[in-house]
Amino acid sequence: MRDIFAWSLVASTIRLATPLVLAALGGLFSERSGVINIALEGKMLAGAFTAAAVTYAADVRFGMGTASPWVGLIGGMLAGLFIAAIYAVSCIKFKADQVVSGAAINILMLGIPGFLSGALFLSSGSTPQLPKDHLLPQSPLVIAIAIGILVFAIWYVLYKTPFGLRLRSVGENPEAADAAGVSVSGIRYSGVLLAGVLAGLGGAYLSIGQSSLFTRNMTAGRGFIALAALIFGKWRPVQTLLACLLFGFTEAVSIQMQGTVKFGGEEIPVQFINMVPYVLTIIVLAGFIGTSRPPRALGIPYQKEK
Amino acid sequence: MLELRQITKRFGDVLANDQVDIVVKPGTIHAIVGENGAGKSTAMRIAYGFYTADSGQILVDGQVRDIKSPHDAIALGIGMVHQHFMLVETMTVAENIILGAEPGSAVALDLKSAASQIRQLSEEFKLAVNPNEPVEHLSVGQQQRVELLKALYRHARLLILDEPTAVLTPLEVEEFFAILRRMREQGKTVIIITHKLSEVLAISDEVTVMRDGKVVGRLQTKDTNAAELARMMVGREVLLRVEKTDPNAGRAQLEVKNLSVVAGVEGTKRVNGVSFEVRRGEIVGIAGVEGNGQTELMEALAGLVEPSRMTGQIIYDGKNLNALGARIRRELGIAHIPEDRHRRGLLLDFTLAENSILGVHYRPPIAAIAGDIILDESAIQRRANEIIQAFDVRPPNAALPARALSGGNQQKLIIGREYRVDPKLLLVSQPTRGVDIGAIEFIHRQLVRLRDDGCAILLVSAELEEVTSLSDRLLIIHEGRIAGEVDPKVATLEEIGLLMTRGH
Amino acid sequence: MPKFARDLLFPLIAVVAAFIVGGILILLIGDNPITAYRLLIGSALSWPDGIGYTLFHATPLIFTGLAVLVGFRCGLFNIGAEGQLYIAAFATAWVGITLANRSAWILIPLCCLAAILVGAIWGAIPGILKARFGSHEVINTIMLNFIAIYLISYLTQYHYRDAGDPILQTSVIGAGAHIPRLGAFVPGFPERIPLNVAFILALLCCFLVYVFLWRTKWGYEIRATGSNPTAAEYGGISIRKQIVLAMAVSGALAGMVGIHEVLGYRYRYYDGFSDNYGFTGIAVALLGRNHPVGVILAALLFAVLQHGGIYVDGFSEHVTKDIVQVLQGIIILFVAAESFFKWSLGRFGFRRLRT
Repeated sequence: MRDIFAWSLVASTIRLATPLVLAALGGLFSERSGVINIALEGKMLAGAFTAAAVTYAADVRFGMGTASPWVGLIGGMLAGLFIAAIYAVSCIKFKADQVVSGAAINILMLGIPGFLSGALFLSSGSTPQLPKDHLLPQSPLVIAIAIGILVFAIWYVLYKTPFGLRLRSVGENPEAADAAGVSVSGIRYSGVLLAGVLAGLGGAYLSIGQSSLFTRNMTAGRGFIALAALIFGKWRPVQTLLACLLFGFTEAVSIQMQGTVKFGGEEIPVQFINMVPYVLTIIVLAGFIGTSRPPRALGIPYQKEK
Repeated sequence: MLELRQITKRFGDVLANDQVDIVVKPGTIHAIVGENGAGKSTAMRIAYGFYTADSGQILVDGQVRDIKSPHDAIALGIGMVHQHFMLVETMTVAENIILGAEPGSAVALDLKSAASQIRQLSEEFKLAVNPNEPVEHLSVGQQQRVELLKALYRHARLLILDEPTAVLTPLEVEEFFAILRRMREQGKTVIIITHKLSEVLAISDEVTVMRDGKVVGRLQTKDTNAAELARMMVGREVLLRVEKTDPNAGRAQLEVKNLSVVAGVEGTKRVNGVSFEVRRGEIVGIAGVEGNGQTELMEALAGLVEPSRMTGQIIYDGKNLNALGARIRRELGIAHIPEDRHRRGLLLDFTLAENSILGVHYRPPIAAIAGDIILDESAIQRRANEIIQAFDVRPPNAALPARALSGGNQQKLIIGREYRVDPKLLLVSQPTRGVDIGAIEFIHRQLVRLRDDGCAILLVSAELEEVTSLSDRLLIIHEGRIAGEVDPKVATLEEIGLLMTRGH
Repeated sequence: MPKFARDLLFPLIAVVAAFIVGGILILLIGDNPITAYRLLIGSALSWPDGIGYTLFHATPLIFTGLAVLVGFRCGLFNIGAEGQLYIAAFATAWVGITLANRSAWILIPLCCLAAILVGAIWGAIPGILKARFGSHEVINTIMLNFIAIYLISYLTQYHYRDAGDPILQTSVIGAGAHIPRLGAFVPGFPERIPLNVAFILALLCCFLVYVFLWRTKWGYEIRATGSNPTAAEYGGISIRKQIVLAMAVSGALAGMVGIHEVLGYRYRYYDGFSDNYGFTGIAVALLGRNHPVGVILAALLFAVLQHGGIYVDGFSEHVTKDIVQVLQGIIILFVAAESFFKWSLGRFGFRRLRT
């Protein structure tokens, strides 16, 4: 029987949780401002593909060497930002249904990377392999510190700055925020765009951190797990981090254990470990474990009477 | 301080403000009175930048200003406390007050200085609140204080208060008026929107009276009295006298015993221990200012309120209805003409034909094919055309969506549908709201005819003229309680009006 | 303009606009859009292969489009057709394997029943969760998609795979469970084309869904709930019941993809067989204006693209079959911005679900 609490498992939990944390915290900005974000998956794909492609270009074309992943990282963030901008205009300006637009973004981003890589790299949906030393740092310690700082920063922004106060108020009661002189659409744009940047970053880490290339549909539902973590974390930064770590842990277990996990003398097929995040989310949403109350204005376009 | 000039505002078909002129002098308390729907709130929401006027000007301190959003209004020193508070319930008092005007830098909220400023303001105006308490834990009176502090914190020189006393107990009202007087002493200007005449007389310096979107009177408070104001508020040009004989009332069809209904998360009692009965062949009217529990009462009787939110008994034809849903109540012969035809009464995207069967759609003769599953199209058409003809619904085309009809014709369709089931008890709310005069007369005649056929009718209307002329007995509701019963043939409008606004 | 013309016009504009945007993208990567589009669409028009395969590809999309449509008509967003069709397909295969030796007369109806029933149950779960706890069906259907996929993956891997088979698929179903290909009785239509009786079933379902929604009392109640829940409640309709019923019907329709896939095409459950049918169903329903006839037209369009994608992949220089998904995404984006006005989808917000 293998010890499932080995150090290597902790390390891979941190590694696997990282893209989830980034995307989930992005989703947090969007959803706390009142915009549902089922498009996290698409934004992660955009970030992952762009980061890998840009890193490759920086490396091979411009010879930027070890600096190239950092350029790629910025590329990934910008890609997330760009996709988020399309989403934001559709949901906020045109008041399109947020779920439909999100689904559209997800489908679009299943196609775009393959479409572009066919032209850029003459491949069917993947980018060329990057050298091992031209990737983002992967030391669990470094990542843990970076994530710690980020979560603290987001917590601070959300609860200790005027922007955070306005963001939370817009997601709860946009009319009240409007009456207090806050621009509802301005705040929602910022929330959705920030979500794009962070989800793009999460995607970038997937392709040029955890892996060394982009492959077709490489997020494999991580955007949805991030969404689940956000709900499980009750739309709060620290709880969301913990939820991501839990979900990262289930993924780490399922990868390391290859097949079945022995637990208390019983063999548990890995698929049941994989299901845990989704089952937990349904249970939490139904109100069985405490109450997970979404921001009150979530999903409702703000229609000011004219 | 504030002047509205020739403000006009239209919502769809409704002319909410028709060339409204209001002048508010600095350092005064100015009351704007009128019935519901008179356009008071619309005018003030325009002044606060929530709505934009179709035409007209707003002057602040004698200068024409373009107020496009609340943000602009705040910058000009205007604050507004809305009837429904604009507070984020999950956030604290301090967070709500500073929202949009946060102290400190962009990267750090200075909650300490905010708290001290709030404390200073609350001492100055005697508005005691705890800055760190979440708003959802506060009483309604405390929430109102937060709203006032919010405006004062933004250095408002003019405060617009929309129905501020509606949510307060009499004791709280006294305290609240003391606060307003203190504000006036400090040089603030206050506009108070209300329909409670006693309060106008008690607190204001000047009054503007509105009716049907127009200003119909400008008075000094000291020169007027409640009777004069009431007449200006309710006076109508057209007086429709309904031709009817004395009722031939039979035995009780509906008995309501000590009924209470709670609403909302906070569980306030909207209907509070109400008892009355409606007999066959009579129209019992319920008069009252809107929002005094009429809506909840009618919904409870129609079976649209969860049993867990009700106490007391609803007895119909000797049977207790409390646990029965809307469908079974309909089957027992209760019909309902709801107050809000868009929210409750109609499926706007459905055709007239489809709307004409709502409530009976699941049983013969409508669902009559293949084991009463498939709808009988020809039966639906017949029913729709009958209703359209009998109630003169125009245009008479059953294939049109209900959305395409005018308000009056939509109402006729609903009334026709509910009459068609030959009810034993009819619940009617605001039957002629937004309906043109010709249709009003028609609807009134139909109600009397139904009464004469032996139906028991419970009528709620905000139009005093309507309830007094139609009802055989008239109950007055105030804050969820029956404030009194009068004989509509002998009671004066003033008498009823005072019961409506004071509750005694 | 007559109503049906207006109903056709907007989707047409959305499609044309999407093709223009797609064309610009194709130009940007250095190909000729006309050539690419000719490959994409032209290949679907040949007889019998082009047309046969297009109808074959359209079959699952009609089912999922109908599934999403029924949800929409009740004001619900069933984003879980993907999970529902997977679990139903597995159930179909399970019956087909377990009762392999029975005759077709028993086996085919039982397999179909399994697909419909299991799809309905999986669809009803988020309906019950919403009716009982007010939790949002969008999130729950997404979660249930993943749960379904892992659950079947487990069952296939551990219990129903042929020993030594490297591919994640079940063993084959009994021969009695096979439903015939159209080539078996349509003269001049080759039997190698996998277009099967499920296509006829799909068309039949369009008709049945129309009758159900617009001609029965149940459909009336579902549409009333979707159009104005408070008015439906006033009319004595139980909103909670309609939510569960609509989700169950929606799931059943999605589940019928299992009949097409398992009984009509692969004769076994094959892991990952769905080419995003569930999500494309959203596009099909929206583009088809939530009407069964529209669903057929939209399903055909997407089937043409899906079929043509293979040719684009093979015969153009840079453009890959991914253009299909790109076009799909853009079409939905365009339709979404307009559908707001028509459908007031704001009702999908969380607040209004917490009754």
